Amino acid sequence: MYGKGLRTLSITTVGAITLALALVFFYAPLEAEQGFLQKIFYVHVPLAIVSLCGFVLGGLLAIQYLRTRDPRWDMRSYVVIHMSLIFAVGTLITGSIWAKGSWGHWWVWSEPTLVSYLIVFLLYATYQPLRFAIEDPERQARYAAVFAITAGAFVPMNFIAVRLSTAYLHPRVLGSTANLPGPMALTFLVSLGAIALLFATLCKYELTAKHARAQIRALRRRLSGESELPRRPRSAVPSAAQPATIGARVAGGGAPS
Amino acid sequence: MSALAVLAEAPALPLHTAGKYVAAAYIVLFAIVLIYVAIMGIRLSHIERDLGELLELAEQSGTPAALESPERESTLA
Amino acid sequence: MSGALTEQPERLDRRVPAREQPLLGTVRALLRKELLVELRTLESVPAMTLFAVTTFVVFHFALNRSSVEGDLAAGILWVTLLFAAILGVNRLFVADAEQGGFDAFLLAPVDRSALLVAKVLTLLAYLLVLELVAVPAFALLLLAPPLGHALPGLLAPLALGDVGIALIGTLVAALAVRTRARDLLGPLLALPLLVPVIIGAARASSPLLALGHTGAPPARWLVTLAVYDLLVGLITFALFDFLLDD
Repeated sequence: MYGKGLRTLSITTVGAITLALALVFFYAPLEAEQGFLQKIFYVHVPLAIVSLCGFVLGGLLAIQYLRTRDPRWDMRSYVVIHMSLIFAVGTLITGSIWAKGSWGHWWVWSEPTLVSYLIVFLLYATYQPLRFAIEDPERQARYAAVFAITAGAFVPMNFIAVRLSTAYLHPRVLGSTANLPGPMALTFLVSLGAIALLFATLCKYELTAKHARAQIRALRRRLSGESELPRRPRSAVPSAAQPATIGARVAGGGAPS
Repeated sequence: MSALAVLAEAPALPLHTAGKYVAAAYIVLFAIVLIYVAIMGIRLSHIERDLGELLELAEQSGTPAALESPERESTLA
Repeated sequence: MSGALTEQPERLDRRVPAREQPLLGTVRALLRKELLVELRTLESVPAMTLFAVTTFVVFHFALNRSSVEGDLAAGILWVTLLFAAILGVNRLFVADAEQGGFDAFLLAPVDRSALLVAKVLTLLAYLLVLELVAVPAFALLLLAPPLGHALPGLLAPLALGDVGIALIGTLVAALAVRTRARDLLGPLLALPLLVPVIIGAARASSPLLALGHTGAPPARWLVTLAVYDLLVGLITFALFDFLLDD
């Protein structure tokens, strides 16, 4: 049952985002060098951190799948990676906007975060095509898990490698997160929390929706009296939960657990 | 004085230009959320349509278990 | 070619129970089979080598330079080696997948990691042969400073880079071979994963290829390469089995 707690989570997220925005624009002091432009920091860096953690989390969930072979872990891994990819695109776009504002170019090689993100994005962009290219659902889940674990381990290594390579070219353009003065640090933490909550909420939405669709399919199958699973068209998306158990629950007439 | 290490070569943009970039960045965030709202809206309408069909199917087949529609816990109330 | 693999049971030590056949023996047998097949069919290595040399010529025209040194030289060398390696990676498991070699291997009472080790060593062997031709060709066609001084120093980045390419190449090849678009997915998966290898290898090679340089490659990059190779090796070793059960 994925929808449980979704309401609380959504409301908390709304509160957190509102608070974060308020802090960013009304509380955080104006930064001396970059001025108003620096405010992008409060949306770009949290997006970056959350998507980074999301990719690694996707790998961890995939490990769980390989250990238990329960397709629900595969589903969670898929959703988390999918969402992290979207947030990574957001990172790249906001980073690019910031680079344009502070450096005059839409892309700068001297900013290691952006470069690392580009590489990570290019890697994870192959996740969906990889899944789509494998028809057998069990093998699709298994291969996707291997990919998710490899890529999840790769993310931190990639960051370190890129940071090492750019350190010797130029000083960083977009600033570092070390040594933030108090009010800025607080604002940053709240923003980070807000984006993390947003990530969690959207993932939960996604999981709930997929699960609901699967339940509807099972219900339809049950009502029209078919006993067999109709052939699903080729898809990159893992199917949610076991149809047999859902059917049993519905037949019992009770609330879905 | 801010302790953020920033390249001093690029002078701070005046407010009206910087404002546009900041706004653009926050709009990106907003867009992500709104696109999601839209996707969820579409999915919700599909679910509603499917459930309608299923209800018809249930009334047609007339099985007692199926007529008693399962409790749907409202998560979006 | 799977005929070579089915000869294996006679060489197994029947006094030792199943799944305890010595790893080294299995690896040796598999490796021998791989290299024999390659020698007989000459599928991968000549193509890789020819590709590398041709690419050097393309670079000459694309960059409009007759000689390069330093960063540019290191970049051209490594990018070419990388793309040539991708050609080899694409072919690595194809014969097994098409001719049922996987099934024969899975049925044999041997440690599954043997297949991984054998394939990595095979790819490594291909890369070494590739470099035996490509590096001198590069020196001949494009490199400005003479190769002689640089060569001893270059051996380290070449070796470490090769190990990284071999490990990632094998993992990606195994992942891509049973998908529908294997020739496309292989490179797409491999290239981002190989970026740290390129960073380390190119940064390590570049001072050696600069005009007027003698001496050892910068240790920092060699260490980075070695650490990355180690981590990738661990991951590949841990995950490879999951790609095989069917």
